[in-house]
Amino acid sequence: MDLNQLYTELILEHSQSGHNKKHLEDANCIERGHNPSCGDDITLELVCTDDGKIKDASFTGVGCAISQASTSIMIDLIKGKTKEEAEKLADIFLSMIKKEITDDEELEVLEDAIVFKNISNMPARVKCAVLSWHTLKESIKKKDSR
Amino acid sequence: MISFDVERIREDFPTLNEKVNGRTLVYLDNAATTHKPKYVLDAIKDYYERFNANPNRGAHYLGVSATELYEGARERVRQFINARSTREIIFTRNATEALNLIAYSYGLKYIDEGDEIVVLISEHHSNIVPWQKIVQTKKAKLKYIYLNEDFRLDMEEVSIKITDKTKIVSLAQMSNVLGTIYPVKKIAEYAHSKGAIVIVDGAQSVPHMKVDVLDLDADFLVFSGHKMLGPMGIGVLYGKEEFLEKMPPFLMGGDMIEYVEEQSTTFAELPRKFEAGTPNVEGAVGLKAAIDYIEKIGFENIQRQEEELTAYALERLKEMPYVKIYGPLDMEDRGAVISFSLEGCHPHDVATIVDTYGVALRAGHHCAQPLMKYLKAPATSRVSFYFYNTKEEVDIFIDSLSKVRKWLGYGS
Repeated sequence: MDLNQLYTELILEHSQSGHNKKHLEDANCIERGHNPSCGDDITLELVCTDDGKIKDASFTGVGCAISQASTSIMIDLIKGKTKEEAEKLADIFLSMIKKEITDDEELEVLEDAIVFKNISNMPARVKCAVLSWHTLKESIKKKDSR
Repeated sequence: MISFDVERIREDFPTLNEKVNGRTLVYLDNAATTHKPKYVLDAIKDYYERFNANPNRGAHYLGVSATELYEGARERVRQFINARSTREIIFTRNATEALNLIAYSYGLKYIDEGDEIVVLISEHHSNIVPWQKIVQTKKAKLKYIYLNEDFRLDMEEVSIKITDKTKIVSLAQMSNVLGTIYPVKKIAEYAHSKGAIVIVDGAQSVPHMKVDVLDLDADFLVFSGHKMLGPMGIGVLYGKEEFLEKMPPFLMGGDMIEYVEEQSTTFAELPRKFEAGTPNVEGAVGLKAAIDYIEKIGFENIQRQEEELTAYALERLKEMPYVKIYGPLDMEDRGAVISFSLEGCHPHDVATIVDTYGVALRAGHHCAQPLMKYLKAPATSRVSFYFYNTKEEVDIFIDSLSKVRKWLGYGS
């Protein structure tokens, strides 16, 4: 795979800007996600309202450019959405990576996150891109069962 | 010993001539596994084409041949590490299984409440996790020897951690992350004076230097075949006969028995007591061929080539801004493994970028999470050489590394 397709401006911008990388004082839903084989380790913080909306989101932790950018782009996307909508987006993202959904129109809802479409051609980096989305799903699942 | 011609030697290794991303492979991940010379591959093929049978049973020609090949490999390993007897050589799947065998068999029998097991902070998970299990089960304690600023250890720390309560000292002779070669013989002498036994993880040392179990006075030595030109799935446990004799079997089943009654069993003599089930004859044959090949090259040549490459790579890395090296910066007691980080760049991105230039290196925690935590490094990149690597390959690696920061959006 061409490195230009992987380390795009958008991905580098998100991995370096850190605008979503911080603690949220009123976070009420905190979930850690970890790739034991490579050391990516993020903690996703959500502020969920009583009516099921994700009012705010952020993350902390360490990882490669791909995992950091994927987390940051995901946060931009899910802020203001309901938990159901966020979960649906996570499913679409994971289906995109597995090449189960390839139609660009269907993927449009992912907005900037569509930039990771090509990562499915790089098996060694897939887990970097999906870490935050799995963490989000886990987080919502736990919140709902509480 | 033959004269050393690296270009000639490289012709023996088919994989080294493979193309990766349109470029010639530069394989610098030898601490993970090495490539195999045709001599080893041919030995395995020859075994299956001419001798394949289940050893240790049946009186037919092939069964006897397979047994002879398998036992011949055991004798070859015995000579290689200078053990007294083939009764002391147990074939396992790899070094990890050998360490588990010692932990479950010796550890569960001889570790009691309050006893201490001592390892180095730089151990591979395979030399940590089995001991955690043993100390939890037995209410014993796992203690760590820490390192100096220069990634070496001093005997004072050793003498603080190894006490009269210490029953087992288990350590890698060479760190798979730092490249440090530890003074195992001195540590063994001290541990023995305190009444502890000494287990040496030779996974990173046995492929690269002459390891003599009698000279080290190791009670156990473990290593893997695939890190020394042999196939995957074959490893070795050496143990002093006096210990192996009194240890209970690890895995039960066929081949490791003497008499089996409905409710009880007596076990086979060493070494078969520890080799349940049909053994890995292919692996043993391949390992024997690997030892033949290594000894034909000669450890003197192997070490000279590796030292030259490592010194050169260290020198080139030290010239690069943004590079931090985790491990000794000079060549004293140091093997051919260099871990490093590139400021602002995650090792995983480094690995992906240099891979597009054909360079294979390792990124991550190298199965040594406690060490990474101790070093305050979530992950590092690692290059590791074998005798078939060249200076030109070091240059290609450095060139590709110098491009990484640009790809990741930094000015230089």
